[in-house]
Amino acid sequence: MLRHLLLRSGSSLFALLIISMIVFSLSQLSGNPVDALLPDDATQEQIDTFIRDWGLDQPLWKQYMTFLGNAMLGDFGTSLKWPGESAMGFVLDRMPATLKLGGLAILISVVIALPLGIAAAYTKGSITDNAAQLFALLGQSMPNFWLGIVLIWVFSVWLGWLPTSGTGSFAHLILPAIAIAWFQISALTRLTRSAMLEVLDAEYVKLARVKGVPEWLVICKHAFRNAAVVPLTYFGILAASILTGSVVIESVYSYPGMGWVAIEAIRGRDFPVIQAVILAYAVIYMLSNLLVDLLYVVVNPRMHHG
Amino acid sequence: MNSQTKKPLLEVQDLKVEIKTKVGSFVPVNGHSFSVHEGETIGIVGESGSGKSMTASALMRLLPKHVAKITEGSVRLDGKELLTLSEKQMRKVRGAEISMILQDPQTSLNPAFTVGSQIKEALRLHAPGPRRSLRSRAIDALKAVKVAAPEQRIDAYPGELSGGMRQRVVGAIAISCRPKVIIADEPTTSLDVTVQAQYLRLLRELQEETGMAILFITHDFGIVASLCHRVLVMYAGRIVESGPVGKIFANPAHPYTEALIATVPSLSGNQGRLRTIPGQPPSPAEKIVGCPFAPRCDYADARCRSEAPPTVLANGDSEHTTSCWRAVNQ
Ligand SMILES: Nc1ncnc2c1ncn2[C@@H]1O[C@H](COP(=O)(O)OP(=O)(O)OP(=O)(O)O)[C@@H](O)[C@H]1O
Ligand code: SF4
Ligand SMILES: [Mg+2]
Repeated sequence: MLRHLLLRSGSSLFALLIISMIVFSLSQLSGNPVDALLPDDATQEQIDTFIRDWGLDQPLWKQYMTFLGNAMLGDFGTSLKWPGESAMGFVLDRMPATLKLGGLAILISVVIALPLGIAAAYTKGSITDNAAQLFALLGQSMPNFWLGIVLIWVFSVWLGWLPTSGTGSFAHLILPAIAIAWFQISALTRLTRSAMLEVLDAEYVKLARVKGVPEWLVICKHAFRNAAVVPLTYFGILAASILTGSVVIESVYSYPGMGWVAIEAIRGRDFPVIQAVILAYAVIYMLSNLLVDLLYVVVNPRMHHG
Repeated sequence: MNSQTKKPLLEVQDLKVEIKTKVGSFVPVNGHSFSVHEGETIGIVGESGSGKSMTASALMRLLPKHVAKITEGSVRLDGKELLTLSEKQMRKVRGAEISMILQDPQTSLNPAFTVGSQIKEALRLHAPGPRRSLRSRAIDALKAVKVAAPEQRIDAYPGELSGGMRQRVVGAIAISCRPKVIIADEPTTSLDVTVQAQYLRLLRELQEETGMAILFITHDFGIVASLCHRVLVMYAGRIVESGPVGKIFANPAHPYTEALIATVPSLSGNQGRLRTIPGQPPSPAEKIVGCPFAPRCDYADARCRSEAPPTVLANGDSEHTTSCWRAVNQ
């Protein structure tokens, strides 16, 4: 069990290492880093200091080692677009906003998708089931930026209930969170439904009924406990796509989180910030997967002894 | 076994179950009438698909929803009609007064919960008490089914137990609330022969202690011979013969029973290859005219194929009935 977790952490670290290489080569690929990182009107003296400071006269592997050493300390240099800000510091500054939005999106998708999936499976073939499936299909057939715009149009412009963009209050979070969540609700509903269908006919579900267990407990305790592993496995993917979703949606809603920073940094060719934001995303993704592994053990007692 | 003097615990009258599917409807339980007495074991035998499990589910009122329903009949447990109870009232009966051991021990325990929590759940529902006493009663139930080291096993997950052990735990759950009637649906088919024999002995001992009635479902006439007092033979949703085990073995009145007995090597003296009954039971979709067994019956004549045989006494014996024209002719 512990070995399993250590193994997973090890492979996560290895993946991070690979990502760091990719991120490093990004700045190499895009031509001379001097052009990328310095303003056009830099003097020769500035260029020389820059080359020395950054070790650009060193062999590539040495440059990478320096980069890696700095990266591990969270040092990606200073931002070009937002002068005076350390790249990582700037990203970390925006991270809570994104985590808040992503967290709410995850909460919404779980709170809606699990009961919906369970109800759909339980009433298989009925109107409820079909309505749930339609709802799910709707979410999966709309690109999230488009859904974001539709939501703004309906709830902000037309009904005037919620702000169109920006940040500051809980109300600002609602629309972007829904825009990110809906696609996930669809996937999660369908997964939950099929996982539940598999266990609803199980003998142990019947045994629970034989014992006289009330129907809602039969479903939510005996059946769902065994079906939960499937949506949980999906949780890693969920976290990932909510992260990528945030990149698009934060821009649609001008919500100043990490995703918004990523887009702005790319626009401004702000390499230090781009590198910092990619690695920050990677770390969040790995941590959420590690969390899934832990939850997996909690839900699935067979693994205690595996 | 003087079952006549004891009162019937379970009385089933004209029980009918209908299954409706997209392709059509059929009657997997067609007019069952029988009773089971205190301390008695009744066997239900028949080939696969003859409706044995459907009968059990109907008695528990746990038929598959939207697919099957009871259309007729009466089921009385200790004098109380079960078919008119509300679902909530029925839940209080299930597990407490009538319980069931399901067909597959390997999958009938919930893999996500410990043995103890699954036994205690039944106790908590029907005979609640303080936490400590629940645990000790659960350990008692495990002791009753002869699980070694119950204090440790109670905290084990089903995945950590052997097949025979799991079957015992399923038994412990079934008896934990001291039901009057237990239905055992082929509880031993997936176990090896020695474990199977141990389990059957255990069931008999439990019955002697508690006086519960057992409804034992199997397709193995050999088990019936060693375990049951009376037997119901099912064919295509009907009880085609019923009576005391000794009489039925000595003098089977229905050709199907005769054929079933012949398939058991140790009973028929037919050592060697296992014999099977030639032909197939009618498919549920088939419209049956006359005797359902006629296509496979060596004695079938024109009347058998056109008119369904009535249920009559076999050899004039009031304990022994059959539905076969040959018994009518005698
Ligand atoms: N959920 C269901 N939906 C439709 N038909 C069913 C369902 N369950 C059982 N049946 C049908 O009902 C009939 C009786 O089935 P049942 O399970 O009672 O047989 P059985 O005697 O228990 O057989 P086995 O020895 O294989 O357990 C069969 O024709 C079967 O195909
Ligand atoms: S009624 Fe006729 S066909 Fe049916 S079992 Fe008896 S002899 Fe055979
Ligand atoms: Mg069966």
